[in-house]
Amino acid sequence: MIPAPFDYVAPSTVDEAVRALADAGEDAKVLAGGQSLLPVLRMRLAAPTTVVDLGKIGELKGVRDEGDAVVIGAMSTHYDVQRDPLVHDHALLLARATDTVADPQVRHRGTFGGSLAHADPAGDLLAPALALDAEMVIQGTGGRRTASAAEFFQDFFTTSLAPEDILVEVRIPKHTGWSAHYEKFNRVAQAWSMVAVAATVRAEGGTITEARIGLTNMASIPVRATAVEQALVGRSADAETIRAAAEHAAEGTSPTVDGNADVEYRQHLARVLTGRAVEAAMAG
Amino acid sequence: MTAMAEPEVGRARVRKEDERLITGRTRWTDNIALPGLVHMAFLRSPTAHARITAMDTSAAKEMPGVIAVYTGDDLDPGGEVGMPNAWPITPDQKTPRRPMLAQGTVNFAGEAVAVVIARSAAEAEDALAEIDVDYDDLPVVLGVDDAVADGAPLVHEDMGTNKSAEWIFDSAEAGSGGDVQQAISSSEVVVTRRFRQQRLVPAFMEPRSVVVDPTAPQLTMWSATQVPHILKTMVAMTLGLPEHQVRVIAPDVGGGFGGKLAVTPEECAAVVVAQKLGKPVKWTESRSETMVSAHHGRDQMQDITISASRDGTITGLKVDLLADMGAYLGIVGGGVPVLGAFMFNAIYKVPAYRFSCTTVFTNTTLTDAYRGAGRPEATFAIERIMDELAAELGMDPMELREKNWIKHDEFPYTTVSTLTYDSGNYEAATAKAMQLFDYDGLRREQRERRERGDRVQLGIGISTFTEMCGLAPSRVLGSLDYGAGGWEHAAIRMLPTGKVEVVTGASPHGQGHETAWSQIVADQLGVGFDDIEILHGDTQSSHKGLDTYGSRSLTVGGIAVVKAAEKVIAKARKVAAHLMEASEDDLEFADGKFTVRGTDTSTAIQDVALAVFAAHDLPEGVEPTLDSEAVFDPENFSFPHGTHLCATEVDTETGRVRLRSYVCVDDIGKVINPLIVEGQMHGGLAQGIAQALFEEAVYDEFGTLTSGTFADYLLPSAMDLPSFTTDRTETAATSNPLGVKGVGEAGTIASTPAVVNSVVDAVRHHGVNDIEMPLSPMRVWRAVHEGDAAAGGPGAEAGGGLGSIDSAHGGAQ
Ligand SMILES: Cc1cc2nc3c(=O)[nH]c(=O)nc-3n(C[C@H](O)[C@H](O)[C@H](O)COP(=O)(O)OP(=O)(O)OC[C@H]3O[C@@H](n4cnc5c(N)ncnc54)[C@H](O)[C@@H]3O)c2cc1C
Repeated sequence: MIPAPFDYVAPSTVDEAVRALADAGEDAKVLAGGQSLLPVLRMRLAAPTTVVDLGKIGELKGVRDEGDAVVIGAMSTHYDVQRDPLVHDHALLLARATDTVADPQVRHRGTFGGSLAHADPAGDLLAPALALDAEMVIQGTGGRRTASAAEFFQDFFTTSLAPEDILVEVRIPKHTGWSAHYEKFNRVAQAWSMVAVAATVRAEGGTITEARIGLTNMASIPVRATAVEQALVGRSADAETIRAAAEHAAEGTSPTVDGNADVEYRQHLARVLTGRAVEAAMAG
Repeated sequence: MTAMAEPEVGRARVRKEDERLITGRTRWTDNIALPGLVHMAFLRSPTAHARITAMDTSAAKEMPGVIAVYTGDDLDPGGEVGMPNAWPITPDQKTPRRPMLAQGTVNFAGEAVAVVIARSAAEAEDALAEIDVDYDDLPVVLGVDDAVADGAPLVHEDMGTNKSAEWIFDSAEAGSGGDVQQAISSSEVVVTRRFRQQRLVPAFMEPRSVVVDPTAPQLTMWSATQVPHILKTMVAMTLGLPEHQVRVIAPDVGGGFGGKLAVTPEECAAVVVAQKLGKPVKWTESRSETMVSAHHGRDQMQDITISASRDGTITGLKVDLLADMGAYLGIVGGGVPVLGAFMFNAIYKVPAYRFSCTTVFTNTTLTDAYRGAGRPEATFAIERIMDELAAELGMDPMELREKNWIKHDEFPYTTVSTLTYDSGNYEAATAKAMQLFDYDGLRREQRERRERGDRVQLGIGISTFTEMCGLAPSRVLGSLDYGAGGWEHAAIRMLPTGKVEVVTGASPHGQGHETAWSQIVADQLGVGFDDIEILHGDTQSSHKGLDTYGSRSLTVGGIAVVKAAEKVIAKARKVAAHLMEASEDDLEFADGKFTVRGTDTSTAIQDVALAVFAAHDLPEGVEPTLDSEAVFDPENFSFPHGTHLCATEVDTETGRVRLRSYVCVDDIGKVINPLIVEGQMHGGLAQGIAQALFEEAVYDEFGTLTSGTFADYLLPSAMDLPSFTTDRTETAATSNPLGVKGVGEAGTIASTPAVVNSVVDAVRHHGVNDIEMPLSPMRVWRAVHEGDAAAGGPGAEAGGGLGSIDSAHGGAQ
């Protein structure tokens, strides 16, 4: 469990980091919290020639208020996100999902940006990002650009990031006053999701006015359960409505098969857990 | 008048060893650094079964820092060295040679094929990628059923079969009971099941590590092993070294669970390499290596039939096992299922019993001892089928057990499998457990939830277990063809300042011997707990021993300590009498003092020790030493027992199982340290529950271990377990002077069937009568789902139900 040899650089600005990546060419790798990258290196599943550590770049950390959006620095740790008041007030779903990630040790090292860039379909923060219409701010050799969550996630462990790109921050439109719940299903407490449902809703006088549902691990990328959303909006949030809406949860999904679950069971779980997630969100 | 000091035995002392272990201020094998130390890394086969047609190590030899690269032929040109199997279970057992490095063929994925030696561990690992091996694939043999099928491809071509041995016990032949076939065919009720004991990974915390220093005439090996004494003798025999020129040290060792009861190819290769190079060498494995190359545990197919009369009286029990050995036999190998042979009848009076076991080779990592070794498998099968028999009879499962168990006034009791249980009180443990658990209240809630058609159903699982441990009476081991005895050694050294060194042949690797032995000796000799040091795990200071496994340390090794202490006192008594000018017969020994009866003239054992050290004034013919040695060979096993009750909530919509409560009342006889006992119980329960719900080593069709990391091989944490309610009854063992029984494996053995019984009980009304372990949510959901479909909905006449083994119904992928 010793990584293959590599060069290590720790720049102090994003510009320097992009340059370091560009200089090192295809075989460079960005290091954030290292919670996913280090196992990969130690098992020698990857052997980059250069590792560019983002840990010393101050501008990548922290959460700020930008009017209609909350902006989260890519290097904010899960622990930072979990207890940030802005996130709590305007993107509650993300806080709830982050609570379920791994264990305290991992949450103190792992980062929000790292989770999104790693793009593990079983990762817990992708579906909330999608459900909340998050926008990725990316810096590459050609300067800054943005990508919507839908554009960003492309396949298993694949995003629209080019090798010399850095995910700088994530802009999340404010969902102030929306209630939220992240319903995670796994076998032991510190494990990744077999299936999880990210639900956030806005209700007025018992009627659901807006709903966003994202599914974790139901395809190679996070997916929106749009049919469920449509079946909820404009209805009163009673148990029967929710149950009927949740029946649509597995539509259009194409989950993987592993030792924990086959397709039929994952799709069944998606339906059951969607109902529970919406119910819990409504219950506050 | 002196007040009696509070006895040490029975005190919940915090362990002496914990501070250094927890703060890391200790010495693990991997911490050992010697001048000139070089590092080894093993190249392992990626394929499960293949002929090695070519191997080119030249590029690896050119890599930076590389000192040497060796293949199997380099280390053992004659192809003569094979890892030891110390338990040939039958005279005609087939025992394939297990080389240090594969020679000719590889027989499981993970088998070492070459070794690189370099200046640093990193350079050694870098060079592995430069070794070029050509493999010519052979057919892969997986699963015991397929392995024994007619025309199955062979793991070891030259053996002509995949069967290693068949071992049979028949009570009719042994004269200990009736003919089982006759019992079954004439019984009113017969229940048959096939249970699968999935393969498990021992998952000790400290990976294996070995350092060999060949630079003195007596070679020194440090190893993260639980068996330093066995290792010393076996390495000498295996490699043809003179035994007196081998010293083995097990420094602090971070867990074993049987997984370090081994003599490994890596340890032997380290010796050969160190000798070839004349330099000290080190190997420390990665977790990925542990997963594929350290031995696994369990992996049996159990066909079990129980017969009874309508009133629930058991009439016969028949067991046929297929035990997967993996590609080779480990040091105890086929002995593991044989250990289980005596335990299927458990606490019950069984009039006729037959057991057969076939040990089978497959192209997988070998299996060997793992916490409980043979006894958890047996306990699982009998406790599961007792529940099935109860369901068949429409009886409460506890009532059925009570009807058949040995009553407390029937001890000593000789069982159908010929063991004599010395003591026990199943009624007392059960009564206490039932009350702590609120059995009746939970049954009521269960009924209510069923009637309501609650999404979450409640189940109650019982396991009234016993086990044989404290391995073992040497003559019994002899009768089972085991290669060694089962005694244990201890020595006590009284130092001039009155401090005490205790040498033990047991080899702790997490159990807390230093604390427990100190407590025992403190009471025996009347010296302070802190004035005692326990020496272990170094064959130079602790020259004799049979190490730690099978819950033997206290019941065998602890008794040896008592015997050694008695000898110290006997010697000291002579000297004390002489010093006080009294007759030996007039001396009383208590609280560390010899007192002349009826006077206040006394002398402390420490003063005697100093006088003996000075040796100025000793009685005629007395040697100037109080030191003593003792070897204890037990007359019998120890038979702890207990009643475990588990309540689970099963979410019938998702299949998720939540442990609601777990109560166990164990009877382990006299307790030396309740805190250590509590720790053993909690850890044991977690491990047994993990077999029921989480753990499984899974191979794909190519023989690749797909659960090769802890992301896939699921170990529970405290988050996944309930708060355990543990309690005890105390029925002293009569087979040893302390009245103690083993506790190291009790929790693991008892808990697995309690959990599975509980889950099956929760969903039985859905037509479910078994679910294969581990009870993953998918398997549970599918069982409920298909049970419903087959039986026409919950509560309807049964008829659906699942066979235990059916991959289409939630079996292993
Ligand atoms: C024991 C354990 C349990 C876990 N359980 C969970 C869980 O339950 N749920 C869950 O969601 N996750 C879980 N994780 C993963 C954890 O959340 C990681 O933190 C996360 O996947 C990666 O974040 P990181 O900061 O550690 O990234 P790293 O490991 O440093 O990097 C991951 C990848 O992203 C790239 N990358 C990182 N940051 C950037 C950036 N700013 N720009 C461009 N590329 C970047 C890296 O190059 C690398 O390829 C677990 C991890 C462990 C070790």
